[in-house]
Amino acid sequence: MQDILSISAVDLGKKIAAGEITSVEATQAYLDRISAVDKDINAYITVMTEPALKAAEEADKMIAAKKAAGEELSPLAGVPIAVKDNMCIEGTLTTCASHILDNFVPTYTATAVQKLIDAGCVIIGRTNMDEFAMGSTTETSYFGATKNPRDLTRVPGGSSGGSAAAVAAMECPAALGSDTGGSIRQPASFCGVTGIKPTYGRVSRYGLIAYGSSLDQIGPLGKNVTDCATILEVISGHDAKDSTSAGADETSKQDERTTDYKFTEALVDDVKGMKIGIPRDYFLEGMNEDVKKAVLDAAEVLKSKGAIVEEFDLGMVEYAIPAYYVIACAEASSNLERFDGVKYGYRTSDYLDLHNMYKKTRSEGFGAEVKRRIMLGSFVLSSGYYDAYYVKALRVKALIKKAFDDAFAKYDVILGPVAPTTALKLGESLSDPIQMYLGDIYTVSVNLAGLPGISVPCGEDSNGLPIGLQLLGQTFDEKKIIRAAYSYEQYRLNNMSLKCDDIFGKEA
Amino acid sequence: MDYEVMIGLEVHVELNTRTKIFCGCSTEFGGAPNTHVCPVCSGMPGSLPVLNKEVVNKAISVGLATNCDITRNSKFDRKNYFYPDNPQNYQISQLYYPICRNGHVIIEVDNPDGIDPDTMHTLWSDPATDSKCEEITESERTEKGKKLATYKKAVRIHEIHMEEDAGKLVHDGFTDETWVDFNRSGVPLIEIVSEPDMRSAEEVVAYLEKLRETVQYLNASDCKLNEGSMRADVNLSIRKKGSTEYGTRTESKNLNSFRAIRRCIEAEIERQIEIIEDGGKVVQETRRWDDEKGYSYPMRSKEDAQDYRYFPDPDLVPLVISQEWIDNIRDNRPELRDEKKIRYKEEFGIPDYDIDLITGEKALADLFEEAVAEGADPKKASNWLMVETMRLMKEHNLDADQLKFSGTNLAKLIKLVDAKEINNAVAKEVFEKAIFLDNLDPEKYVADNNLSTKADSGELEAVVRKAIEANPKAVEDVKAGKGKAIGAIVGFVMKEMKGKCDPAEANRMIAEQLKNI
Repeated sequence: MQDILSISAVDLGKKIAAGEITSVEATQAYLDRISAVDKDINAYITVMTEPALKAAEEADKMIAAKKAAGEELSPLAGVPIAVKDNMCIEGTLTTCASHILDNFVPTYTATAVQKLIDAGCVIIGRTNMDEFAMGSTTETSYFGATKNPRDLTRVPGGSSGGSAAAVAAMECPAALGSDTGGSIRQPASFCGVTGIKPTYGRVSRYGLIAYGSSLDQIGPLGKNVTDCATILEVISGHDAKDSTSAGADETSKQDERTTDYKFTEALVDDVKGMKIGIPRDYFLEGMNEDVKKAVLDAAEVLKSKGAIVEEFDLGMVEYAIPAYYVIACAEASSNLERFDGVKYGYRTSDYLDLHNMYKKTRSEGFGAEVKRRIMLGSFVLSSGYYDAYYVKALRVKALIKKAFDDAFAKYDVILGPVAPTTALKLGESLSDPIQMYLGDIYTVSVNLAGLPGISVPCGEDSNGLPIGLQLLGQTFDEKKIIRAAYSYEQYRLNNMSLKCDDIFGKEA
Repeated sequence: MDYEVMIGLEVHVELNTRTKIFCGCSTEFGGAPNTHVCPVCSGMPGSLPVLNKEVVNKAISVGLATNCDITRNSKFDRKNYFYPDNPQNYQISQLYYPICRNGHVIIEVDNPDGIDPDTMHTLWSDPATDSKCEEITESERTEKGKKLATYKKAVRIHEIHMEEDAGKLVHDGFTDETWVDFNRSGVPLIEIVSEPDMRSAEEVVAYLEKLRETVQYLNASDCKLNEGSMRADVNLSIRKKGSTEYGTRTESKNLNSFRAIRRCIEAEIERQIEIIEDGGKVVQETRRWDDEKGYSYPMRSKEDAQDYRYFPDPDLVPLVISQEWIDNIRDNRPELRDEKKIRYKEEFGIPDYDIDLITGEKALADLFEEAVAEGADPKKASNWLMVETMRLMKEHNLDADQLKFSGTNLAKLIKLVDAKEINNAVAKEVFEKAIFLDNLDPEKYVADNNLSTKADSGELEAVVRKAIEANPKAVEDVKAGKGKAIGAIVGFVMKEMKGKCDPAEANRMIAEQLKNI
């Protein structure tokens, strides 16, 4: 069974399609793995044992029927997938890792998840996260921190830390995460897995419980680039229920990239002539030397494969974090207003009147980091401060977008680190939120500009902790970054150990 | 001391689209609580709004009819405030880029006091005054021979924006629990915000009637104040005549009829004058009008004013409105009342009085046009609508838009009378019993109930002969030149025929037979 756990989602899909293994067997293998290791990792908030086995049975029937009818199968049919706990699934507890939603069962299913279900995937469980996706360590979860499978004394990153850890610990072949300021890419980097943050508008946000609506995107985390590209292909596309999803209006019809979801076509080991830019301003003082070396080595690999690699000055780097926190928190302060104890979720046990009910419910229901961001967001939107903070942050956002546009006029892909460090010790950043915010320096600007980004493993630091390489593309240029990441991955598969299995031989 | 009054209105109009502004739920009024709801309009986590294009069409059509500029790049903003009827705890509205701006409507105001138009001009000597507001003329209108002075003026519209309605809170006094019904949550509204250009309750009522008529004719809303599909908040301040500064204004809410609006304005003017005369200062506040008690009381003051923390809704993309879109709405706009008035006069030649009454309600104008299109004589159709229809509406306490009968059936009825199939008395009976409430086909109804008054001429001739024989005195009187005496013979005939004959026809036949005697 270890075999099944170590192979990729797409390879598992092939085995299921070939009848070598059933979806029920694969699902059961992962459920067993979860029972064995998740008490140490805490990657899951909810393990959907019964519904998953039932879905696997149905998937097996569907696969048999389709094969009998000679119909085409989705490459992911029958494959178990984990879903971050901020995407609604009808009838399944969906908590956002918050006390305020710890009893919330949605009446509908998020579009991205529905697309996986329609492709025959088996949703195996709901992964842990920072509360309402606010955090970079998965320590702000109401259900306790997730541990990094590569070192149980360290954080898995966040906010999609549960999804990244579940993939790394082989508790699922692949997972969905969401990325508002790096929440897919940074935990992928910390856990040594691959993750894609798609272009804003590529994947429907319908059913994703919003943090920063103008920045949030759902994306895949997996063992390799192929799995991520395959999942992304399934979940992408215009959704009439999400006005911000791309591919419907006149402007997007003029740009065929907005409706081209054939990402697996880009799984080609060829970067000849590809122009890759490395922002000099990404390699500043204080950066972990091991990270710097691993990232620059990766650039050399791509160069050796025929890419044209250059250093350049991107600009605006230092303004990304303040602008991001103003915009994301402003939107969050409004998005989280609906959690008030009136309609669903937690309500305080005793209260004097309506106002007191609101106040107590929200004081008791939200954790410290969420409250901090709600307060910050409420402040920057308040009368008299709106122009000074929010409007100014939107101007910075526009300038950051312009800096990237200028760069993409010259380069196909921008290459850099995902984070300035590898995984931190548990508890290290909780006491110093500013330090935690600064760790997002290479990821948040990508969300502000709406760009696609991919994080692929590119080595280890001196402690044996994974390092992530980040490749960025112009909006709707996922194919370019997938191609570059795939090419790099081919080199690495042939030249480095993947350390994907047997992480549980050692005690923490 | 003389004061002048400055009144501006915020009018909410519920648009009559089939579905809600941001989801596919029905906007139908009523229904069991929370049956017209979905994840979007009940504020479920993860749900997203998608703008209903029909709302934009209706908002633009109202904007064009009120001479507004249409904002080509419009946006939606979130207005944040906590209240249980508001499922997201923010309302999606438009603050920064409302869909329509800088409009005006011309109102015609009754002028029993004979305001001197010259002084009216000075009412408008605001430095910020738009040139459109200089359009003040005095005109006279003849109504049934009585001279009634009116004047016209422009009321400027600051903006019209689109927004979503809130749900409803239902309080159970027995258990002391409050329940939320989200059926109304997400029903589309437009808010029409005027400049403070009105100077009296008469002007306010004229403005509201003008808005209502315009919106009804555009088929954008039924505009019922008593059902809340049209709601007006009154912003009112006073200042000493000659002063150029604005006074402190109050906002009055809970005005559910034109009568309440008129009474509230008069009371508020009096209240503010009294405060100032007593040396006090008007406080900026929101007041709630109690129409039963006839006074208002403060709801919240400026200090309690919430900070709504408006910001652009990131879930909705900017609304880009092309010139083609605007032109298309303009070209397909329904005829407005003022245009109908001119056309009715030219096309049908019916009296101004009739035109005014019939076009006063779009539903009546629609019935009228349908009946005429089906071949009814315009004046006869107008008579039926003005006399019998309005009498029965009053009797059954119905509004014009609740009328169930078709213009086609009215036209058929008129034709039955024209063809002397039935007389007027029977026609009224048929109208009341068969058409007005049940919209039955009058031809079939008359046939089924054997109501035709078109007598078999042989039968009528026999009855006339019998009547002449039975009334020798009357016959003698007629022959002696007392023409009126024929009435007794006609009466006898009508009685014998049980009303089912045309009295004019009976009259003619009697006269003919008498000639031969």
